[in-house]
Amino acid sequence: MADWEVVIGLEIHAQLATKSKIFSGSATAYGAAPNTQANLVDLAYPGVLPVFNAEALRMAVKFGLAIGATIARRSIFARKNYFYPDLPKGYQISQYEQPVVGKGSLAVVLDDGAVKTIGVTRAHLEEDAGKSLHEGLANASGIDLNRAGTPLLEIVSEPDMRSAKEAVAYVKKIHTLVRYLEICDGNMQEGSFRCDANVSMRRRGADKFGTRAEIKNLNSFRFLEKAIQFEIARQIELIESGGMVVQETRLYDSDKNETRSMRSKEEANDYRYFPDPDLLPVEIDEEFIDGVRATLPELPDEKAARFAGDFGLSAYDAGVLCASRELGAYFESLVEALGAAHAKLAANWVMGELSSALNRDNVEIGAARVSAADLSALLGRIVDATISGKIAKDVFEAMWSEGKTADDIIEARGLRQITDAGAIESVIDAVIAANPKQLADYRAGKDKLFGFFVGQVMKATGGKANPAQLNDLLKAKLAAG
Amino acid sequence: MLHNHSIGELADRLAAGQISSVELTGHFLARIERLNPGLNALITLTTEQALESAAAADRRLAAGERGRLLGIPLIHKDIFCTDGVRTSCGSRILDNFIAPYDATVVTRLKAAGAVMLGKANMDEFAMGSSNETSFYGPVRNPWDTTRVPGGSSGGSAAAMGARLAPFCTGTDTGGSIRQPAALTGVTGIKPTYGRVSRYGMIAFASSLDQAGVLTRTAADAAAVLEIMAGFDPKDSTSVDVPVPDYPALLEQPLKGLRIGLLREFFDGLEARNAALIEEALRVYRSLGAKTMEVSLPHLPLSVPTYYVVAPAECSSNLSRFDGVRYGYRCAQPKDLTDLYKRSRGEGFGAEVKRRIMTGTYVLSAGYFDAYYLKAQKVRRLITEDFRAAFQKVDLLVGPTTPTPAFAIGAKIDDPVTMYLNDIYTIGANLAGLPGMSVPCGFIDGLPMGLQLIGPHFSEDRLLGAAHQFQRATRWHEKVPGGYE
Repeated sequence: MADWEVVIGLEIHAQLATKSKIFSGSATAYGAAPNTQANLVDLAYPGVLPVFNAEALRMAVKFGLAIGATIARRSIFARKNYFYPDLPKGYQISQYEQPVVGKGSLAVVLDDGAVKTIGVTRAHLEEDAGKSLHEGLANASGIDLNRAGTPLLEIVSEPDMRSAKEAVAYVKKIHTLVRYLEICDGNMQEGSFRCDANVSMRRRGADKFGTRAEIKNLNSFRFLEKAIQFEIARQIELIESGGMVVQETRLYDSDKNETRSMRSKEEANDYRYFPDPDLLPVEIDEEFIDGVRATLPELPDEKAARFAGDFGLSAYDAGVLCASRELGAYFESLVEALGAAHAKLAANWVMGELSSALNRDNVEIGAARVSAADLSALLGRIVDATISGKIAKDVFEAMWSEGKTADDIIEARGLRQITDAGAIESVIDAVIAANPKQLADYRAGKDKLFGFFVGQVMKATGGKANPAQLNDLLKAKLAAG
Repeated sequence: MLHNHSIGELADRLAAGQISSVELTGHFLARIERLNPGLNALITLTTEQALESAAAADRRLAAGERGRLLGIPLIHKDIFCTDGVRTSCGSRILDNFIAPYDATVVTRLKAAGAVMLGKANMDEFAMGSSNETSFYGPVRNPWDTTRVPGGSSGGSAAAMGARLAPFCTGTDTGGSIRQPAALTGVTGIKPTYGRVSRYGMIAFASSLDQAGVLTRTAADAAAVLEIMAGFDPKDSTSVDVPVPDYPALLEQPLKGLRIGLLREFFDGLEARNAALIEEALRVYRSLGAKTMEVSLPHLPLSVPTYYVVAPAECSSNLSRFDGVRYGYRCAQPKDLTDLYKRSRGEGFGAEVKRRIMTGTYVLSAGYFDAYYLKAQKVRRLITEDFRAAFQKVDLLVGPTTPTPAFAIGAKIDDPVTMYLNDIYTIGANLAGLPGMSVPCGFIDGLPMGLQLIGPHFSEDRLLGAAHQFQRATRWHEKVPGGYE
């Protein structure tokens, strides 16, 4: 295995979040009854003509600016010709030789903390096709053209990735970015963010690339990783057993966790690209680009750097908090309420309790059952020592399930922390008195028994003793002898 | 007779209440009923709808509304989508197609109160120069019914020649308005590319197609074009340039107008044809214009250039006719491939298939550069030639066609000879320029056309020059025997 190096390039199709289609006025909303969002242009009726939706252009330029790419002042729509029932015109309008977004790049942070720059070759605008439906139709296929004409931004990477994990990190980064820019909802289940991977193998140290296979149908980060891993193993086995990788398109089957050949290079269409004579070249000037630049939000990398710098967070933590614009905003409102001194506490809670609750219930941050204001009230009670961090976790769970405020739960359940030194001391005295053997062993050198005494006191106080105070007082009492 | 009046005269009569639009419409419907069977110029009659539209126009007139086309009947080439009316494009593949919307041209004329009588026959998908490729059979030339009327707007031209309507719409991709206008003795204008919206006009070759009109006279063409022309947000290639009041500009003096003779058009031109053009030039000189010879060295490459560009675009434009959503579908398809192959194989005629195959070939990997890209380069050279010529002259003139109308069947089996019929008209399409054909005489009793070509958006100049020629000549008033 060590002899081989994988080379991966990715093509990402991000559905742009425009209200209407790229070349017609139909709505783009997902999930409508079949063919209710397809007008005469989408159905390719005789005589109809495409009209370019400038909003799609703004979104593409926004993406280009965010990855530091060159923006083409003139780009051209071409026709990609092939016959398929879900492609009503018999050609897809796409950009071929002159895409709107040229070379750019982005940096991804790998698991080991290393930063790697991945090149983006280009990003171009095109229209999506419709869908063929086979279920529930006896001896026939249905065509739903609601999706036909939905704007796509196809983002093509350089073959810069060298492991499945790098590929996933890159796709996640793009996924984060397009949502930050609010140009794509990123929904992979609904297909609004899709990915194809070009995978090839070569001997480590070789200059030339091997023959690649293109893997389609990768509709989750997990499937992307598994499909690439499968493909790496398949290609190595093939080469080592004396075979040759053939250039082909393969489909990933997530049920069987395998890739299967879909069509070979020989079977590939000759798309007969040529400039679409129905559309003028898209020409943009500096003013347009500056206008789009003015709408750019703080980008994830900028935000993460600021979090790390201002709040003393690790690069990793800062990166996690910036994985989505909403998560970052949630975190920032906690910090605003608690003060920068407590940023680490806020970060731990967002990445810990909050994230696990969101994952467990499979809800987005926007639908969190504990708002940032409510969580900051809870954290405020840790800061002012009303409750301990441990108790706070129970309170959080109660807030999540019952929808009440932290103070209501603390009061109702009598969870207020005991900070009266006299009260804690009297409990300690009682515990020591009740455990003479452990006391003797502790004093004979079994330091580990300290934890036993802490546990006993906490048990007796219902966990409410202030941990720091308990620690100090207990140490003193045990040593006092 | 009403059918020999100009649109202006008819509009005056309507306005004065001397005749109603219903009467006028009835007059033309009766002519169509009597004369169309011998011509096959119309393939769909919309009698009921026409009478309703005419009645509506009469109500507008009665309410005091006035308009140059209010209540005036017309025939649409069957390439324009007409809401609720079959729009076949001369093809079996759309024989059952009822358009669910109106083309912009149709909408504009409808809004102006023009009354559609029916739809005109045409070469299948506008591919042809003789109107013999129509699924509905050939159109006959009213000057000699054994001869073709030209194409692809052959039905519109024959209908105009036979005076079956005050005006007929047409489209011109390589001469499809001007050539049939010449061969039937009528006036035809192909405006600047982008002057008239292509929305709803079934595409043949998108970068060349342009809608225009066939009429008795240049003055009539001015009145119609003024309504048809204008920017349309639904057509990205339509141009946002204000539409002049063409009828008001017809009298622009010709004194000092520089008219260029295209040297390339006279190479090998038949003597009688050349004599007609010489005579036309003499008329222009007598009107104060100056004539001079100019050369467009790349113009002889127009035909081969056109027969790469146009088929390339058509091969893609016609992909939508696949038997899936509308139009002809073969019986009992075995599978998807069979559905495509037989629906298209049975739905398209021979000439359309020839061009789809040619176009597919020139766009194919390995041939694209040698054919399509090369043709685009030559197209730019031809455009540049015209631009240079218009530095020296205001208008170019020459013959519209090499010969008068030929016999039905004479060229249909010889595509290259047929293609050469458009040798004088194609240049204007490649360069996107406006072109006109006006009657300029006869050869063997068959009408011939004088072609005028101007710079981009010089329709007013073309129409004025044609109008003043028609005031000095009588060729446009000649009507074929039996159609007076």
